[in-house]
Amino acid sequence: MNIVILGCGRVGTTFARLMYKDGHTVTVIDMQSEAFRRLGTRFKGNRIVGNGIDEDVLKRAGIADADVFVAATQGDNRNIMAAQIAQHTFGVPRVIARIYDPIRADRYRQLGIITLCTTTIASGLLRDFVTTNEWGLAKDYSAEYLAQNV
Amino acid sequence: MYIIIVGGGNIGYYLAKQLNAAKHEVLLLEKDRTRYRILSEELGEIVMQGDGCQADQQLEAGFGRADAVVATTGSDDDNLVVCQMAKMEFSVPRTISRVNDPRSEKLFHQLGIDATVSSTKIIYNLIEQEVGGGEMIPLAALNRGNIEIVEIEIGTKSPVLNKQVKDLNLPPDALIISIIRDEHAVLPSGETILQLHDSVIALVNADREPELRDVFA
Repeated sequence: MNIVILGCGRVGTTFARLMYKDGHTVTVIDMQSEAFRRLGTRFKGNRIVGNGIDEDVLKRAGIADADVFVAATQGDNRNIMAAQIAQHTFGVPRVIARIYDPIRADRYRQLGIITLCTTTIASGLLRDFVTTNEWGLAKDYSAEYLAQNV
Repeated sequence: MYIIIVGGGNIGYYLAKQLNAAKHEVLLLEKDRTRYRILSEELGEIVMQGDGCQADQQLEAGFGRADAVVATTGSDDDNLVVCQMAKMEFSVPRTISRVNDPRSEKLFHQLGIDATVSSTKIIYNLIEQEVGGGEMIPLAALNRGNIEIVEIEIGTKSPVLNKQVKDLNLPPDALIISIIRDEHAVLPSGETILQLHDSVIALVNADREPELRDVFA
């Protein structure tokens, strides 16, 4: 698969290395070139410095031919906008955005973006482990969150 | 009218002041606490501290009864999410967004933002008009079929100046629907001659935009 990842933080880096090791074509985008140091020397995928909500930067990263686009920067809104550019402007078949805010994660899921809300997943896993002493499955806990908070 | 402005930078500040002076009900939402304090010292209780992207804070700010929400921050992604959440959560009738990257305007329209303003584009157009280039201004996008309505002004150096509409070598999927001449809309025929300062209004498939631009520039 052809995979474009926006955001070379811990999640972006770890995911990029996993996919690269599995033999996929991987391109990582980050605003700061120092962030690429995290990728290490064994990662031979592409590194693109630039703003992920700039169409030209996404084009340089080969988004037009991407099978999967993953937005995992620290900014929810940046991830949301980049994901929507990938989906609407470039027609990427699978678009995934990491979103910390459970409400935004839910609403943009309804708009067709696959959203990964690590806030609800991590807290749900913790709750299950603390109460049962066993790790549950990393299913999406957002429905439960929404039922309690909205 | 109740107007909510998100982002207390210079644009948000002056806009809030003007709308307030024009007797509109205004709320200026600013995320940063330090900036909020400075703004509220001057503007008083029309300023609120909060994140305009978060649904709970939108509720508190009264998005539910807003006639318009204006996003004026310096970040296109923040402005986009403010407007989309305002539409999704509270069906705000009119959402207006500042756009820094002019290329984002098309996406914003596609995603349901009612109006966008790009100072980059406005300044660019002012310069282009001075030198007479045929800059194409997007007016609206039709949701279905990737069709845009664009406006093209005929400048002194335009290659189509004084030509008849039927002699224009228009690309497929492009249609001239009207010509604005001296503030009046003219419904053109093939014989209509394009004059200096005419604004040509055309429907065009977004993919054909560059070809249409080439005809006029």
